[in-house]
Amino acid sequence: MSQDLAPRPVSSWLERQRSLLDFTLASLSRRTGKNLSLLAVYALVVFALASVLLLTESLRAEARAVLAGAPDVVVQRLSAGRHDLTPADRVEPLAAIRGVRGAVGRRWGYYFGRGSQANFTVMVPERFWGAEGEVVVGEGVARVRAAAPGAEFPLRGADGHYLHLTVREVIPATTASVTSDLVLLSDAAFGRLFGQPADRFTDVALTVPNAKEVATVAEKVTRLFPDARPITRQELTRTYEAVFDWRSGLTVVILSAAVLAFALVAWDKAAGLSAEERREIGILKAIGWETSDVLTVKLWEGAVVSLTAFGLGWLAAYGHLFLGGAPLFEPVLRGWSTLSPARRLVPAAGGLEVLTLFILTVVPYTVATVVPAWRAATTDPDAVMRS
Amino acid sequence: MSYIQLTDVRRVFHQGRPDELTAVDGVSLAIERGAITVLRGPSGSGKTSLLALIGGMARPTSGRIHLDGRELTSLPERFLTEVRRRTFGFVFQQFNLVRGLSALENVMLPAYPLGGSRAALVKHATALLESLGLGHRVRARADWLSGGEAQRVAIARALVNRPAVVIADEPTANLDSKLSQEFMRIAADLKSGGTTLVIASHDPLVHDAPVVDRTVAMRDGRLDGEGAARSRGSAA
Repeated sequence: MSQDLAPRPVSSWLERQRSLLDFTLASLSRRTGKNLSLLAVYALVVFALASVLLLTESLRAEARAVLAGAPDVVVQRLSAGRHDLTPADRVEPLAAIRGVRGAVGRRWGYYFGRGSQANFTVMVPERFWGAEGEVVVGEGVARVRAAAPGAEFPLRGADGHYLHLTVREVIPATTASVTSDLVLLSDAAFGRLFGQPADRFTDVALTVPNAKEVATVAEKVTRLFPDARPITRQELTRTYEAVFDWRSGLTVVILSAAVLAFALVAWDKAAGLSAEERREIGILKAIGWETSDVLTVKLWEGAVVSLTAFGLGWLAAYGHLFLGGAPLFEPVLRGWSTLSPARRLVPAAGGLEVLTLFILTVVPYTVATVVPAWRAATTDPDAVMRS
Repeated sequence: MSYIQLTDVRRVFHQGRPDELTAVDGVSLAIERGAITVLRGPSGSGKTSLLALIGGMARPTSGRIHLDGRELTSLPERFLTEVRRRTFGFVFQQFNLVRGLSALENVMLPAYPLGGSRAALVKHATALLESLGLGHRVRARADWLSGGEAQRVAIARALVNRPAVVIADEPTANLDSKLSQEFMRIAADLKSGGTTLVIASHDPLVHDAPVVDRTVAMRDGRLDGEGAARSRGSAA
């Protein structure tokens, strides 16, 4: 008998795992209806949570992309508390403030296209590479206006007459929503479109290399020009975060019903086994299975259901958000701009997000599966003989 | 010492509570290797509890059980389970097959935790089913089997780990006379192969069968007097 108790080699361990996994799969296939409905609810929850995670990360990545190119301080001019154009002669005094490396006047504005029912951001880049009658448009703009390179791009000017512009090129979609609603044009065309004099800027962008000096520079700006309103990058970041947190928070609320359903299913699992499952565990114990063998089967069962649901849920969320255009979340994604819903989200989530979701779903479910089985498996095997 | 030796074994359920029940009360018994021993007695006489103790499924409240000279009662749970699955095969009254699994899978179940070669296991389990006349029912689900087929699958399952001892609890309770006799024929085959059998039964077809070496009568958890133990041949 002593050789019976000798330690098992690795290949034997693998064969044992294979046999136990086979039994697990056979067990799962016996309760197809129950397991499929469980899988569906579970996958739905993973889909919901993965959507929120992926959406939040994607929006944050966009925010980072937007802010990466944002100036350290933007100086606007206020007139009676309302935004007004900044005279060009203010650029030099702003550039002369100690701590400011450079000051650039910017000319941009919003244009609502009545035909396309969409807002465009019209902007003069630092160096426009096209001709005066040409525009470079974002992917979203090109889509709603059905504009390809060489196409006409008429815009109604401030004087009521149309400006006849031609599309030079379309900015590729890879830069996502940062450029989606952009219309870039020459300084002269911008002046004619908005009726904005050449010596007036929309705002002035300041470069402040030392982040610690930003607050002091902002203070100096208001001292120099009492009607100026300096906006720091930190303030912009806060605004973006508030918007994105609000959006993901809203998504969580919408999807909380699915999360609740999963909690109920997990609770049901944790609360106990069916009489049939208890009977089976009793039989297995009686024919010589150890408690650890029963737990291994339950672990496999939890792992098979969890990993399948996790994979399905994650893929569905990824496909829905990044390939399908996130139709279910459109109300959440829709901003003030009517262009926004049509934009494509760009995947940004990494290993940490996958791991977080894995820990949030797979681990609790597996524990919920194993605990009641452990309780049943620690009973005396002779109970089955007396049943 | 006999192959299986029980010394003053007691099994008490719910000890110290108002519903305390002594199922086995001071039983001393010697079971010889390669013999068929039948425990007989009315329902509630303690036969099943005694079988569970012999098979290492439960521990006695007091007393000692030796198997081939080794004391089982002091073994840790893990080792006791190991002894149980390597030494004993069990045939239960209700057969206790796992529903939804095929006959073959049911037979292979006790061998899964041993980690042997899968191909060899399938071959061995199939051969067992064929030897019991169930070659054509290998893939049939357990819940589709007739009573006789289910019993033979249960016997094949009990034999899959090549046990030295087969323990059967009321194996003929759910069978007609023909199938009961068939069971005793299989028991005789096992005995001729050197297997020890301990059977609990109050079916005369079992305890009066000529192949039985010894019948031990039980009542109220005790052996029902020395005179009630009927021995044949070399059994003590």
